[in-house]
Amino acid sequence: MNPEIFGDRVLLWLGPVPLTRTMATSALTSLLLVAACALAARAVLGRPEGRLAAAGRLTFGFLHDLVTDAAGGPAPNLEIFAGSLFLFIAGAAVVGQLPEVPNPTSNLAATSALAILVFLAVPVAGIRARGPLGYLKEYFRPSPLLFPLHLISEISRTLALSMRLFGNMMSGQLIVAVLVALVGLIVPVPLMALDLLIGFLQAYIFTILASVYVGAAIQIQTESVNGKRGSAKEAT
Amino acid sequence: MNDHTILALGSIVMAGLTMALGALGAAAGESRIGAAGMDALARQPDEAGAITRNQFVALAMVESTAIFCLVVSLVLLFANPFVAGR
Repeated sequence: MNPEIFGDRVLLWLGPVPLTRTMATSALTSLLLVAACALAARAVLGRPEGRLAAAGRLTFGFLHDLVTDAAGGPAPNLEIFAGSLFLFIAGAAVVGQLPEVPNPTSNLAATSALAILVFLAVPVAGIRARGPLGYLKEYFRPSPLLFPLHLISEISRTLALSMRLFGNMMSGQLIVAVLVALVGLIVPVPLMALDLLIGFLQAYIFTILASVYVGAAIQIQTESVNGKRGSAKEAT
Repeated sequence: MNDHTILALGSIVMAGLTMALGALGAAAGESRIGAAGMDALARQPDEAGAITRNQFVALAMVESTAIFCLVVSLVLLFANPFVAGR
């Protein structure tokens, strides 16, 4: 038995560019999501009383509440960003349950890409909300001595974000693979259900953490004025 | 026992130890989070949504140390840079 944990099988070469399994499955996930979202949007506009429209509205309301709570205030652009992250990771967990299709988020490169998106979104959102100087000033906030610690926290939380998602999704698939190799048919089913549950939970956590990080970059000023949000939300 | 055998033996033993000790710490931390969450739920059932949400976030953060240990032990087993012949 030779599980592909850190590798990624190349399906075909497009000139010098390899097309790997993770790229194919994440493209498949994105296509399915775009199709589902387009169908739901048309249903909301055309037949607002149908089931599809209700599902679309419930999903949107769920993501709206989630991001607004975690970011500490209304943030429409962040909603689009974090909601897309949630839908992609949850959709990847569903796609990963298909036979012979690996979960795209069980590859370290894919989860690192998602985490780097969050890493880049923090300064972009901070600069758009408060200007370059106002954003950079936060790195020297309590005392200039803490500047290296701020930098380390930015990098380590990005690393933790990618490793957490990768480890959870990959371990679920590894457990199912080991059980299939050991006993075969029916026994892995409950663990596949657990894997699906963990996938949704990780999507939820990834979204909350991304919203907290970006929301903290946007709203540090209002937070320090009214002091509403506790220190628990600033954990890395 | 040549060098390769010693390296492989050490890697396998350390992979098991890494997973065991890492899971130990995460389990202790998660049990405390769970107990504190139940306590808070019993005291304030109205705040169930907020408590559960924060509890899940805290659980995921504590669990990530165990996940790091899992990744390290899998590197030792399947992608060890010091064991040749792969």
